[in-house]
Amino acid sequence: MSAPLTSLDRPNSYIGRSVPRPNAKRLLAGRGRYVSDLRLPRMLHAAFLRSPHAHAKIISIDIEQARALEGVHLVATGADLAKICTPWTGTLDHFKGMTSAPQLPLPLDRVVWAGQAVVAVVAETRAIAEDALELIEVEYEDLLVVVDIDCAREVGTPLVNPGSANNVCFRSQLDSGGVDDVFASAAHVVEEEFSFGRHTAVTLEPRAIVADYDPGSEMLTVHHGTQTPYQFQDLYSRHYGIPEARVRVIATDIGGSFGMKLHVYHEDMAVVGLSILLGRPVKYVADRIESFVSDIHARDHRVRARIALDAKGEILAMDVHDLTAIGAFSTYPRTSVVEGNQVIRLIGAPYRFKNYRAALEVIFQNKVQTSQYRAVGHPIACAVTERLVDMAAAKVGLDPFAIRERNVIADDAYPQTSPTGYRFEALSHQECLRRLHAMMDYDALRAEQADLRKRGVYRGIGIATFVEITNPSPAFYGVGGARISSQDGAIVSLTPTGEVRCLISVTEQGQGTEAIISQIVADQLGLAQEHVKVITGDTEVTPHGGATWACRGAGIGGETALQATRVLKRNILEIAALILQEQPAALDIIDGEVVDAATRQQRLPISEIARIAYFRSDTLPPGTQAQLTVSHHFAPQGYPFAFTNGIQGCSLEVDVETGFIKLLKHFVVEDCGRIINPMLVDEQLRGGVVQGLGAALFEECRYSDTGQLINGSLADYLVPMAMEMPDIVIAHVETPTADTALGAKGCGEAGTAAASACVLNAVNDALTPFGATISTIPITPAKILKALKRF
Amino acid sequence: MSGIGDDMLVDGADETMRVRFVVNGRKVACEVAPRETLVDCLRNVLELTGTHAGCEMGACGACLVQIDGRAVHSCLMFAVQADGARIDTIEGLSESGVIADLQAEFHRRNALQCGFCTPGMLVNAHELLSQVTRPSREAIRDALSGNYCRCTGYEAIVDAIDAVAKARVEARVEVRSEGGSAT
Amino acid sequence: MKPRAFSYFRADTIDQALNAHARAGDDARFIAGGQSLVPALSLRLQAPRLLIDIAHIADLRGIRREGDTLRIGALTRHCEMLSEPLIAEFAPLLRAAAPFVAHPAIRNRGTFGGSVALADPASEFPAMTLALGAEIEIAGPSGSRRVKADDFFIDLFETALQPGELITAVHVPLFRSGQRFAFDELARRRGDYALVGCGILASHTGDRIDDIRIAFFSVGNTPTRVKGAEAALTGFTFDAARIAAAQAALEDDLAPPESDEVPPAMRLHLARVLLGRLLGRLGEGA
Repeated sequence: MSAPLTSLDRPNSYIGRSVPRPNAKRLLAGRGRYVSDLRLPRMLHAAFLRSPHAHAKIISIDIEQARALEGVHLVATGADLAKICTPWTGTLDHFKGMTSAPQLPLPLDRVVWAGQAVVAVVAETRAIAEDALELIEVEYEDLLVVVDIDCAREVGTPLVNPGSANNVCFRSQLDSGGVDDVFASAAHVVEEEFSFGRHTAVTLEPRAIVADYDPGSEMLTVHHGTQTPYQFQDLYSRHYGIPEARVRVIATDIGGSFGMKLHVYHEDMAVVGLSILLGRPVKYVADRIESFVSDIHARDHRVRARIALDAKGEILAMDVHDLTAIGAFSTYPRTSVVEGNQVIRLIGAPYRFKNYRAALEVIFQNKVQTSQYRAVGHPIACAVTERLVDMAAAKVGLDPFAIRERNVIADDAYPQTSPTGYRFEALSHQECLRRLHAMMDYDALRAEQADLRKRGVYRGIGIATFVEITNPSPAFYGVGGARISSQDGAIVSLTPTGEVRCLISVTEQGQGTEAIISQIVADQLGLAQEHVKVITGDTEVTPHGGATWACRGAGIGGETALQATRVLKRNILEIAALILQEQPAALDIIDGEVVDAATRQQRLPISEIARIAYFRSDTLPPGTQAQLTVSHHFAPQGYPFAFTNGIQGCSLEVDVETGFIKLLKHFVVEDCGRIINPMLVDEQLRGGVVQGLGAALFEECRYSDTGQLINGSLADYLVPMAMEMPDIVIAHVETPTADTALGAKGCGEAGTAAASACVLNAVNDALTPFGATISTIPITPAKILKALKRF
Repeated sequence: MSGIGDDMLVDGADETMRVRFVVNGRKVACEVAPRETLVDCLRNVLELTGTHAGCEMGACGACLVQIDGRAVHSCLMFAVQADGARIDTIEGLSESGVIADLQAEFHRRNALQCGFCTPGMLVNAHELLSQVTRPSREAIRDALSGNYCRCTGYEAIVDAIDAVAKARVEARVEVRSEGGSAT
Repeated sequence: MKPRAFSYFRADTIDQALNAHARAGDDARFIAGGQSLVPALSLRLQAPRLLIDIAHIADLRGIRREGDTLRIGALTRHCEMLSEPLIAEFAPLLRAAAPFVAHPAIRNRGTFGGSVALADPASEFPAMTLALGAEIEIAGPSGSRRVKADDFFIDLFETALQPGELITAVHVPLFRSGQRFAFDELARRRGDYALVGCGILASHTGDRIDDIRIAFFSVGNTPTRVKGAEAALTGFTFDAARIAAAQAALEDDLAPPESDEVPPAMRLHLARVLLGRLLGRLGEGA
């Protein structure tokens, strides 16, 4: 029934074609509909008084003056909301032994980070609400603050959660055995301690929510800037005791998410409660200052790792200890230990070695929570692995390309299971290495580097291979008890005029979900893409599914759309066959016309089939019931994850007098399986790379000894901007997954996964003549100058 | 709006004032509190939500509008300061067609993802190309140095502006040569 | 992030502005471009009772020659430093500094007088008034006066301006033949406040330096002239030894503040590197 997916010369072949996103035009005209734009009748505005202390007891809260201010409708404390909202705990069953304290929208008696929301005010305008905040008096009693990760681990140190034995959230170990013996006898051992700064998503639109509880119908509608409306429907329902069918979450346009907006935030939960208490819509948009102290942060790892090699430079074993601090709670409902878990499981992933040991320690401290953010764990695993491999190459006397060629798992050796237990279906490291080498013109770059060095110009070249986790099965969250779906659902209809509408559970954050779904539907049904309308992000309209996270939209959502469309096509052709007195198998659809499959001769437009089915069913044979709406679900089976791979390279220049780094060019060779829209994949990669470059050079949440975030504004927290970012050259290798008909895997995190590792390697390469090394990210001028002993 | 009484200094703090602008070519009068920033006034009072607030401190460029023909952060001025000014927002620039080529090229190259930075990017690109006919890629990146985009990595945006600059120059050359042949 | 309520008054004349300030019991702020003041208000770091808009006062506008100085009206926008021919000809150091001032849209609105009045120690223009040997023209309740830039910057965000006074213009000696200038800064990202920045104006006879004024910014509580370095160069030529002497003099000239990201020793190092590069350029006839 279907031609090969990759054939671009057949009619309506949209899979593999770069087409612009249909939904982008209105964004270009300023007609986006973001939650921060939304205004509802009788809507009020919330603001939050935040704790100035990183750890303190709440002695008293005086809200009388605030409550009396004209324009103020409600002032609510933790106790007020605790009456209607049940607490939540950020643990999952498959992380054995992990702990975290229960959380409420607002604290009852203790604050655990500076910036934690303490009191909510709801008023006619945001400005009045902020006026009221100034009238609230909270008396605190300082408690000992746990900021530094080493302090947090000391015996007898103050406890973030009183009553617990220590500040440990979670510990995990992997050991394939034999590691000590291999290290003892290895020809070469290289060891380094790495540190990775805390950073945060800084979506351009901050978190935004409008909760609208209607006491008349006992119905809660939440307009929520999120990637995962179904997850929030479930959570609001359960924690506020409202039947699921009476909770509707609408996720419209969103100004960036990157994983940050799929976690439960105290303010968001509070806003739902405030709307319930008032029976009116309540809007909350975090301002930028609030975003920095309340959005989840990410990374913040210290990794000690070593690698053993034989005399020829073959990797034999790795031994890793990852220490990470996650703030005062584990985030709900996905926890804050997934990043560390992925760090220790992804280290060494591209390479063919057997002996691996890793330990993970996840520690509480008095800072805002960390949790999943684009490329969870990948940049750390990649940087640790790839820097060690470069160090090993230098020790053995191999070029960075040569040592990788010697050690990556061969393209013809799959399937493979990594020493950490990951099962790889098919990866393409060797092909990617070859492509990158050619694309960078590596030998010429090295020659130029040598030449410039003689003139006192210090350029660096860095490469980094990576493996990315995409298309997660229930092994990711479901098995741990989280009500986070790994399946997706689609409802595809032929409308009465012969167009196609697809309601699907994957959501759009600008990456092009709606575009690729419409490409898949148009391709599989056989009509022009402009006749396909895709609708996402409304729990009352779209079927329940996982939505968007962990690079699952194209692979799982896309397969769902493909399968659903194939069923719809079959149903359409069955009706067509009845009308035309043909066998369905003898018919096909091209450009919205039913045609003879063999001759492509036009027989009947599908609009005519729709007309007959919807309005003249009396003309169909008795007993015929046209099924022109198909509801279909797809859950990934087979491999628990569809791993992807790739390699990145970068060229940069270090000013050894100032410590400034100029990025010259960045290169990516990536294999995400079947590519649905090459342009959108390239743009995912570019955006991801730049996020990784920001982390490599600029981004870090810096804290004072007392737990205050000291650079929490967009003037002080340095995000990557246009002037400092390089052009990025991209090439692809396509190894489709055989687990699905579509064969697509994810690509959204690949850019971020290896970009900072590349920069780390390139900077160290540039500094080689000085014998100076860098092992921390971000790489700031201060660190470079320190390494060069310039001050 | 000039003229001030002592009573106003003491009690009039949150009293609204009447201001008049020409917004997107149309005369507009509205009542605003002095503390209301222009971005809040545009979005909340005039319902021009295409102008976005990203940082409220001039660091992200999401709120750029044109005031009297120049790109300005609407979060860095109060609406009362703009009394009497000509204001053009993304809505007006779209409807008048002056940035249609930029919008088409952004679309064609997917120089946007979530779209939240896009109106500010377009306002800035429009200003750049009205001042410099054929900016280098470096100059384009420099001009965008205050416009934050978390999604794209900037390259497609630079490419799109570059392509439009080139196309505009070529169109001008064509018009000139056509004009020449006509005489 | 919304400001506390305030009243707003748009002044048409300097006198109106000064009177309004006085009548508000000095619980007032003048606003011109507002590019620094508006965020300070939005963050509620400042909450005056009255905002006096001086952006429409004609007497504060315009750039013109007055004898051997250039009078730059306080309302001159940063972008005009890039576009005005008089600036390019007679105050090229300001033109050289202007592209480094924030971003294009900020430059479209921010004013020269406002920048000098705020006296942010990390800003380009206040320091350049030092390098240029400019004079600040001030209007206040007790009349007009002029203060040398050398006497204007007192401490962190503290200047010779008294409550209720405003800057009306800045007078800059005309750039003349035999003078050389140089400007550069080290900022993490384009338009960021610099880790260290420097502007230099030097007068020569042949290659001999008759007079040199070197002003740094982002090195302490105020924009800073480095008189030790200047002395090390005056009367000499830009040879490697004199440049090294000037760099060495910075140790006494500068006392960079403690900072978690840029330790004092690093800032001093960067200042030396930057000074060496700029003097090198001047030596080449920049």
